[in-house]
Amino acid sequence: MRLLHRLRNPGLVCQQAVELVTGYLEGSLSGRERRRFEAHLVGCPHCTEYLAQMRETIRLTGRLEPEDLTPQMREEFTDLYRRWRSEQQ
Amino acid sequence: MDPDSELLLRLRSGDERAFVSLVERYHEPMLRLAASFVPSAVAEEVVQDTWLAALRGMESFEGRSSLKTWLFRILVNRARSTGSKEQRSVPVADPEPAVDPTRFGGDGGWADPPEHWIEAAESRMEAGKLADRIRAWLGELPARQREVVLLRDVEGMSSEEVCAVLALTEGNQRVLLHRGRSRLRQLFEDEFREVQ
Repeated sequence: MRLLHRLRNPGLVCQQAVELVTGYLEGSLSGRERRRFEAHLVGCPHCTEYLAQMRETIRLTGRLEPEDLTPQMREEFTDLYRRWRSEQQ
Repeated sequence: MDPDSELLLRLRSGDERAFVSLVERYHEPMLRLAASFVPSAVAEEVVQDTWLAALRGMESFEGRSSLKTWLFRILVNRARSTGSKEQRSVPVADPEPAVDPTRFGGDGGWADPPEHWIEAAESRMEAGKLADRIRAWLGELPARQREVVLLRDVEGMSSEEVCAVLALTEGNQRVLLHRGRSRLRQLFEDEFREVQ
């Protein structure tokens, strides 16, 4: 029975699982792929760690803030806008 | 009223602070994106042209996309027509594994499993320094991966918006995102793993 189950529903190996992480996080895996991925995670602490690291990578990358404009640039852009406004009128 | 419509209204009615705050918000992200299409000396010029084009196009902007998507599309079109600094036709289909294949055994299982680093990133490095490091890593990504990661993960655009800005198919967008994020994860691991 177990063998038959595995034939029908072959498990993923880690090297395949890491390639599915983005699809998993994007929600673009098919139902079957998602179930295989999740089933793999249940038995694999390393891939579970890997998934957590990918989430952390996304979180830390997402915290980058634009750097402030220099006062000189702020002035330049204010001028640019004023020129544009005067062209409009 | 959504924030975009409100901002547009202020821009059209002559509120220069609205324009400066728009520049403040998007100038640097646009520079970073432009620098992946053209040499950085030219990127500044491309971004300035984009602001001019945006001001000129403001009246005709119809809000079919978000203001942000609209701005980045102008930028990408300008950057592309200014000329590419590198061969951009590298096919997405070229295999590029998420993890170095030598880290897996013959059975496809981890031989050299991921080293834990999650807490270390923030506890071992001060926030400003960490941000500088991540910016530098983004600069090391291949241009097309960098473009997608910048727009998706730094700018927080949806995959649909990124496909529209960069003229990518959904599938290619996902492949580039996957490779870019995978490389970044590896860089975090190299930097912060406990066992050096």
